[in-house]
Amino acid sequence: MNNITDTLAIADTIVSVKKTDSGWIMHHIMDSRAIELPFFGEVHIPQFPLLFGIDLTPTKHVVFMWLSALLVLLVFATVASKYKKSIVPRGIANFFEVFILFVKDEIAKPTIGKGYEKFLPYLLTAFFFILFGNFLGLVPYSSTFTSNIAITATLAALTFVVTQVGGMMQNGIWGYIRGLMPHGIPWWMMPIMIPVEFLGLFTKPFALAIRLFANMLAGHTVILALIGLIFFLGTWVVAPLSVAFALFIYLLEILVALIQAYIFTMLSSLFIGMAVHQEH
Amino acid sequence: MLADMIFGLLALSPQEGGGTLLDVNPGLIVWTVITFVLLLLILRKVAWKPILSALDQRETTIKESLEKAEQAKQDAIQILKQNEANLARAEEESQKIIEQSRQYAEKLKEQMLQASKTQAQKIVEDASAEIERKNEAAFDELKAQIAGIAVDAAERILKENINPELNKKLVNNYINEITKN
Repeated sequence: MNNITDTLAIADTIVSVKKTDSGWIMHHIMDSRAIELPFFGEVHIPQFPLLFGIDLTPTKHVVFMWLSALLVLLVFATVASKYKKSIVPRGIANFFEVFILFVKDEIAKPTIGKGYEKFLPYLLTAFFFILFGNFLGLVPYSSTFTSNIAITATLAALTFVVTQVGGMMQNGIWGYIRGLMPHGIPWWMMPIMIPVEFLGLFTKPFALAIRLFANMLAGHTVILALIGLIFFLGTWVVAPLSVAFALFIYLLEILVALIQAYIFTMLSSLFIGMAVHQEH
Repeated sequence: MLADMIFGLLALSPQEGGGTLLDVNPGLIVWTVITFVLLLLILRKVAWKPILSALDQRETTIKESLEKAEQAKQDAIQILKQNEANLARAEEESQKIIEQSRQYAEKLKEQMLQASKTQAQKIVEDASAEIERKNEAAFDELKAQIAGIAVDAAERILKENINPELNKKLVNNYINEITKN
């Protein structure tokens, strides 16, 4: 629920924690076992049994992830059914076709090239899953699951798996591994180059995970800090300025939500393209 | 205090009742993988395949239609050119025919004129020849009559040539006879 509209909730939280503490911001950004609903207050999620020592209790972020997945599913099932009726898109199909074609023609096709069709389902799913998650995080009382490092790291790891598997399927396992080394490297450079290239494989998804996580976190944090300023200083004087800035950041976040979904998909596609066509 | 707060965030210091922002909950990883992979599999079947194939189909349809339109345009241009050529040829042909018929008519006219001229000439000649012949015939008849009359007169003179007086009377009678005739 990282939004300017729920200033009251923020105020309540501030009362409950020490004034100089930043814990209330963390409380609104971080995952929790409770979901806050308008008019109902907090709903606590029941504890799930442990599975192989892993606590599988769905947290707030998991719930919003499911909500986002469900939304994506509903929207694109509707879009697909529209295409069954007519080849000419109308309404919602027309709107989302722009995004689908963007991912297809502007992201996958130029970065992967030949054989990009195989990776389109993954890229489209990642793009819309993240996009819906980012936008869902802007809705009052909601939570941004894309600002959770565990989730973004998992998504990046999935990109990593798709990249490696795609590269190996295209070039053969041994051919892919050999292709990781740049051509024309003298043999005595190998002890240096092998660890460097090996590390390079993992820095790519690491950068993906951190970028999405940090970007989605930052906007919300700044909005909360700006709103919190009113209560910290305990005066109405800063309120117009705080709200104006928070609103500006909020608008910026709409842009960021779009851009980060694009960047994640774009970089995933780029890494896949580099693994599939190693000669480049 | 604001600086304190931001510094707290950046340092990711442990907070009351929870970990830090970089705490990784293993349950979340499991749920993310399950959610995403399920979503990917369902969407691939329910959405991406039909949508992408519809888009592909539309793309090829549009391409084909454009190609067909281009082909039709080329055909139309071809036909138009052909028609124009045909028209020009027909025009030329008709011009030629008209010219030919005009020449023919001219010739015919000339011929007919010539023919009628010669015919008229012939008629005139015939007529004058006939007149000549008739004249001659009449003259011959006259000459024969005059000769007969002269012979008759001479006969009579010879018969009754007794005296000049009688001669004179005879001639007079004869002349009278002639005039009476």
